[in-house]
Amino acid sequence: MRIVVLTKPVPDPASGAERLGQDGRLDRANSPAVVNGNDEYALEKALKLVEAAGEGEVILLTMAPANAPETMRKALAMGAHRGVLVTDPALAGSCIVATTRVLAAALATLEFDLVFAGVDTSDGFAGTVPAGVAALTGLPYLSWAADIRPDIGARTVQVDRISPTGYDVLEASMPALISGTQALGEPRYPSLKGIMAARNKELITLSLADIGIDPTTVGLSAATTTVVGQRPPAPRAATQVIRDTPDEAARQIVDFLADRRLI
Amino acid sequence: MTDGAHDPGPYRLREEHQLLRDAVRVLADERVAPRAAEIDRTGAFPDDLRRLLADHDILALPFPEAHGGLGGELLSVCLAVEQLSRACATTGLILAVQELGSLPITLAGTEEQQARWFPRLASGEQLIAFALTEAEAGSDVAAARTTAQRDGDHYVISGSKRFISHGSVADLIVVFAATANDPATPRHERLSAFVVELPTAGFSVARIEHKMGLRGSPTAELAFDGVRVPAANRLGEEGDGFSIAMRTLDRSRPGIAAQAVGIAQGALEVATQYARDRRQFGQRVGDFQQVGAMLADMDAGTEAARQLLYKACVEIDAGAPDAARWSAMCKLVAGDNAMRVTTDAVQVLGGYGYIDEFPVERMMRDAKITQLYEGTQQIQRLVLARSLLGKAD
Repeated sequence: MRIVVLTKPVPDPASGAERLGQDGRLDRANSPAVVNGNDEYALEKALKLVEAAGEGEVILLTMAPANAPETMRKALAMGAHRGVLVTDPALAGSCIVATTRVLAAALATLEFDLVFAGVDTSDGFAGTVPAGVAALTGLPYLSWAADIRPDIGARTVQVDRISPTGYDVLEASMPALISGTQALGEPRYPSLKGIMAARNKELITLSLADIGIDPTTVGLSAATTTVVGQRPPAPRAATQVIRDTPDEAARQIVDFLADRRLI
Repeated sequence: MTDGAHDPGPYRLREEHQLLRDAVRVLADERVAPRAAEIDRTGAFPDDLRRLLADHDILALPFPEAHGGLGGELLSVCLAVEQLSRACATTGLILAVQELGSLPITLAGTEEQQARWFPRLASGEQLIAFALTEAEAGSDVAAARTTAQRDGDHYVISGSKRFISHGSVADLIVVFAATANDPATPRHERLSAFVVELPTAGFSVARIEHKMGLRGSPTAELAFDGVRVPAANRLGEEGDGFSIAMRTLDRSRPGIAAQAVGIAQGALEVATQYARDRRQFGQRVGDFQQVGAMLADMDAGTEAARQLLYKACVEIDAGAPDAARWSAMCKLVAGDNAMRVTTDAVQVLGGYGYIDEFPVERMMRDAKITQLYEGTQQIQRLVLARSLLGKAD
């Protein structure tokens, strides 16, 4: 079984240094990069499925600046077999639509049974790239997976999709694209064996020319959306604390809520 | 398409080195540090931590992949020793000695010998010790009096070795013994190296030393009373022993430098935390300039020692002709720094630094050995002076 996992390097949320630059784009130089959290959960599931199948490989697919191999190496140390990085100076500032087209074109160069992605990324939060890639490639799209159960013989895959009341059980034929959640299971720490093995794993770089994308159709100048400003949420009003006998305090709280038509 | 896999980037650890360092650091913080004070107090060899290192493949780092190891280069081994020693110098030495003992086999062993011994050393099932020093042959290695007499397909080893790290817990001992004593043989061609497999008749542990520091790491005096060793256990040719020992130390001294850097870093972190938490005269003691300056010097000295160590590792792995110089230099600088930094850490903590409520007094005692073993600092300076001046007439 071959599983491609879309993995994005993002500013380390733990660093507290995520911020936008002057041009409204993410200032990537300002904080250390890590593999996007949700992508690690999808990767963990992919590794478990290939291990259980006893054959196959997990391939990382990343669109990112040229220094991404530093981040991808950790995903290789977790156990992914090889990596493909799409990088090109023309990609800087690309919007979601362009990103989707690039990943779809890169996927066309790979053979796979399944494609996994995290439901969203901690830097962008649009959460639309997996669906967009599925739409462009014509792959069945199963979203918000809490569990993924492929049936190699039948060439089908079932997914437990998180719903307001529990799970919806969906099925699609393979190949299919699945966006996964943290309910897939805690990602493993890389072992020393994994780290040392990652040194010699294949990590290839593709340019836009390699995947047949016109550089003028991507990047900041071709972006379909622009970040025009940023502001913190309005500060909340001071907290009102009610201290009284239980009956009296309860009465005041009920009055407070009733005044605002909350009860 | 281009292969973007390996861009080492000058003067920056590669991602896999950072991953390895961080993985060992987490293990050291969570599993090793909580045991360090008890190991020091009881003086018992931490076999649980030996198994921990084995289970996490840390002991496999120095061994080739073909024989069950991880094929780690010197830098990887030293990153691991450093992180372990930051929590517990005794535990860091488990890996450093495993590497030291196996180096003669790496450097002079045949493929068959490596296949015979490395898999169980890489798995951590067996430990190996390096027995070179004698009571009357410390810095003057070639003065060794232990002898190995040829007897058919065997050698018979007699004599004693002193200050042998892990000597009482090892399963294999690399022993350096004289195979020639005639005046016609030059001093540096008298020694040969043998792998002694234990248990074996005639071998005994004569005593365990009572040490100032590294108290959980057993340092033994070993007695060889007619120990028969198959000729197939000889490493290299007869007379190669001195050269094997010197080449081993060229590669093993960085392991001690790594231990020293780790001890210094551990002490710096404790002192920094204390200087942040402790308040006197209404302010943090670290905000007093005299204390802040000590911390600054401790940090700068430790980082300088660390960078010299990493550079030495890379040069030695690259086959630099002046490997002896790099290894002597990094051990010299890192050992002296560790002694200074741990002493200053005790000073920063004041009276609290002198009692075992805080780990810095242990770190100070542990640091001292890094100025003594695998060649005293005086020997390192001798190596460096000779590489500058050439040998005396």
